[in-house]
Amino acid sequence: MVNEPTAVAAKGSDFRFPDAPEEEKYSVCVHCGFCLEVCPTYQAWGDENHSPRGRVYLIKACAEGELPLDESVIDPVFTCLDCRACETVCPSGVQVGALVEEARGQVFYARDAEGKRDPLMRFFLRGVFPRPARLRVIRRLMRFYQKSGLQKLARSTGVLRVLPPQVREMEDVIPDIGRGPAIDVLPETMAPQGERKATAALFTGCVMDVFFSDVNEATARVLVRNGVEVRVPKDQICCGALQVHAGDRDMAREMAKRNIEVFERAGADYVAINAAGCGAALKEYPELFRDDPAWRDRAVQFSSRVRDISQLLVEVGFDPPKAKLPMTVTYHDACHLCHAQKIRYEPRSLLMSVPGLTLREMPDSDRCCGSAGIYNLTHPAMANELLERKMDDVPAGVEAIVMGNPGCMMQIRLGVKRRNQPLRVMHTVEVLDLAYQREGSR
Amino acid sequence: MRDVHIDRLVEIVGERRCLWRPHQVKAYACDGYTAEEGLPRAVVFPETTEEVSRICRYLYENDIPYLPRGAGTGLSGGATPTGGEVVISLARMNKLLAVDFDNLRAVVQPGLVNLTLTRRVSHADCYYAPDPSSQSVCTIGGNFAENAGGSHCLKYGVTTNHVVAAKVVLPDGDVIDVGAPFGDAPGYDLLGLLVGSEGTLGIATEITVRILKKPQALRTALAYFDRVADASDTVTDIIGAGIIPAAIEMMDQLAMQAVDKSNYHVGYPTDIEAVLLIEVDGLAAGVDELMARVVEICRRHRVREVRVAQSDAERALWWSSRKMAFGAMGRISPDYIVQDGVIPRTRLTEVLQKIDEVSRRYGLKIANVFHAGDGNLHPLILYDSRVPGEAERAVRAGSEVLRACVDAGGSITGEHGVGIEKIGEMAYMFSEDEIHAQRAVKSCFDPKGIVNAGKLIPLPGRCVEVKRAREIIEENWQILNSFPDQAAVQARGAFVQQPGREASTSAQG
Repeated sequence: MVNEPTAVAAKGSDFRFPDAPEEEKYSVCVHCGFCLEVCPTYQAWGDENHSPRGRVYLIKACAEGELPLDESVIDPVFTCLDCRACETVCPSGVQVGALVEEARGQVFYARDAEGKRDPLMRFFLRGVFPRPARLRVIRRLMRFYQKSGLQKLARSTGVLRVLPPQVREMEDVIPDIGRGPAIDVLPETMAPQGERKATAALFTGCVMDVFFSDVNEATARVLVRNGVEVRVPKDQICCGALQVHAGDRDMAREMAKRNIEVFERAGADYVAINAAGCGAALKEYPELFRDDPAWRDRAVQFSSRVRDISQLLVEVGFDPPKAKLPMTVTYHDACHLCHAQKIRYEPRSLLMSVPGLTLREMPDSDRCCGSAGIYNLTHPAMANELLERKMDDVPAGVEAIVMGNPGCMMQIRLGVKRRNQPLRVMHTVEVLDLAYQREGSR
Repeated sequence: MRDVHIDRLVEIVGERRCLWRPHQVKAYACDGYTAEEGLPRAVVFPETTEEVSRICRYLYENDIPYLPRGAGTGLSGGATPTGGEVVISLARMNKLLAVDFDNLRAVVQPGLVNLTLTRRVSHADCYYAPDPSSQSVCTIGGNFAENAGGSHCLKYGVTTNHVVAAKVVLPDGDVIDVGAPFGDAPGYDLLGLLVGSEGTLGIATEITVRILKKPQALRTALAYFDRVADASDTVTDIIGAGIIPAAIEMMDQLAMQAVDKSNYHVGYPTDIEAVLLIEVDGLAAGVDELMARVVEICRRHRVREVRVAQSDAERALWWSSRKMAFGAMGRISPDYIVQDGVIPRTRLTEVLQKIDEVSRRYGLKIANVFHAGDGNLHPLILYDSRVPGEAERAVRAGSEVLRACVDAGGSITGEHGVGIEKIGEMAYMFSEDEIHAQRAVKSCFDPKGIVNAGKLIPLPGRCVEVKRAREIIEENWQILNSFPDQAAVQARGAFVQQPGREASTSAQG
């Protein structure tokens, strides 16, 4: 197994496993503190342990053997939303996200070595997400649950009350599951309309394809409409972001290798992705192979082809829709788009190209909504506080909140449901797709 | 181990707002000045004046040293617990309590972030003028303690010119109001004394500040100079011409390289010695003419290129590039110490040459970023703490730079405070009699000498880390004899155990 403890960090350090936070990453921090005020956990608690600067300082102290890998390091490393807002402001360019993920890796391995695994977490990280067949089963069960009337029954009998409140609420906002996952429904190759500008292999994702397969289908339609040949590699699996966030870096590496191979075979100019979290993870694959030069090179090659759908459309050039879509929307910057991938302008330029559409900006649109992968399940109080703040910021008079990440879409659906507001939660590409469809029906 | 004092603190603020386990307080070992560290005994997070008062009263009665802390962005170690202090974090006291737009006053809690105040009043076209580079994170309480400045203080003055009143918790926990929201407070100027006292005389828990109406218009220019002497002559001539710009900032080539590697990339030419960032503001009818005069003066001094910002975004980028310069040092060096010397503007070129000489003698790179209009230098001494002896060398180089500033007729600090960093240079700047007078003030407020002791004013009993102060004691021992009680308390203070270290062994066991 890869989990053999080897001495890799400084002597006396409690980071005893490979792939530990590296000195060249944490030594970049000069402790200026400019990150404090953009950090959602510091904003809420005012405790520097739960700030980017504090986390980096504690990781450094642990790496240098000044602190043991105990709760004083583990808690702050796991309260981090991994939203990367700190990386946007950091003048020194500290990769806080990567450091936190690597530290989580140490915690994961240490718990493994001590036999203190969380069986449920492990089941999902290793038994479900990496296995497309099981994801399909879950998806079918959920669709059956919705269509068969079971959902109605469960809700009316109150049997759902056995679930923890945060899970129960999530059940409430699961979108209608479509006929099948896009990975099965879409053909392997779709010819572009008009002149072929490029080829793109579509990354369908796991959560996106279970809950929002419509968005994947819309993505394919919009690409085809804009002269991009779409390929759908059928052997792809989940990107591994959840594993990286939880510290299961070995599993993440296996999944990354599989995807790299699959997409090498697909041979397209681009890898198109519509989920911000997955996009960031795919672009950061090289981080996982620091100690493996051959795979690192392949990962670098792969990552250089990855584009968020909004980025790809702007890069290859898109046709502004010709039909009017009279709608007033606001845009929420998913952390893993704006902070991790520095994509802010592209989605807005897509939205503004739609005739009749008004984009009304919300304040602090780049503050995390609290979804943060599975953070809303592991730290519900913090996640709820952030969701409330996000909903407070939605400008009056908008009909939809638009964003580019399925996790945010679920979380904000929950916020809309709680406030009982007549608001749609949409993916950027769905808005564009809607506008294109109207062209046909003129 | 948790002792009875921790129990009492927990009684006041509750379990969740008191950190005391040694590993949990590690994040509070230093502030923005990282050359020295120390573990606090505990960190408490009060939310009201009353809680602050109860905490201070309890600690003072029990001879437990303590110090206040804001966002911990200070650059002189003012919030670093060098003596096992209890850290009173004011981060959770971050409310804007009241705004009077008609009379242009705001009442804030000390933990309110400087820029947040401006954001919260900007809808009425108002702002809070003092703008330290760290304004997006630093707190107004911290600004109060350090008498913080900023780029626009050239025209608008520093914190003390903007604070008009405060509610202050004294070292023993008593609460007093100082200053007056309007007009002058008769009697001794206690507010003036407290602003800039670096948390050694009390803790401000409510601060009344002036807010200003935004200027009607402003223009910002970036001017590239082949030679630093030309840039500095330009600064002198602009002010000599009777123009008071809102700000004139300078950066040297090394500083430009660091920020250009950051997210705040401007793309400075790599072969110029200095860049000036010049801003003028005022009535819309006059700013263009004013800027034209500034540009003309730049041209007279062989400016290579001068550009006026064409959009708010461009202006914002130029300002970010300047304000993020300290933090961007991480791009070119693992550690830095920033100095804060002030010199007469006319001697800039000469002092910069001296700094360059110090840099070469110590084998350490020094980048320069400064408020050129005020003659407030910020030499950033770059070092690597992992190289044995380099941190000490950097501290010594910094000390020489400060002495060069004093020798040129200036001061050791413009806006960052003395803290622990410059405490040795206090004796270079002041005579023993002058320091004695300062100490006498300190002992009026804090006779036990336990509130942020060892900061700002060199104290005779606590000068282990202050070599310079030790010399003073040796030379002036007889003065201490006139304060037998105080000296005894301070000597005891020096031996206060460092609870963090003791407790850390027990927690591991």
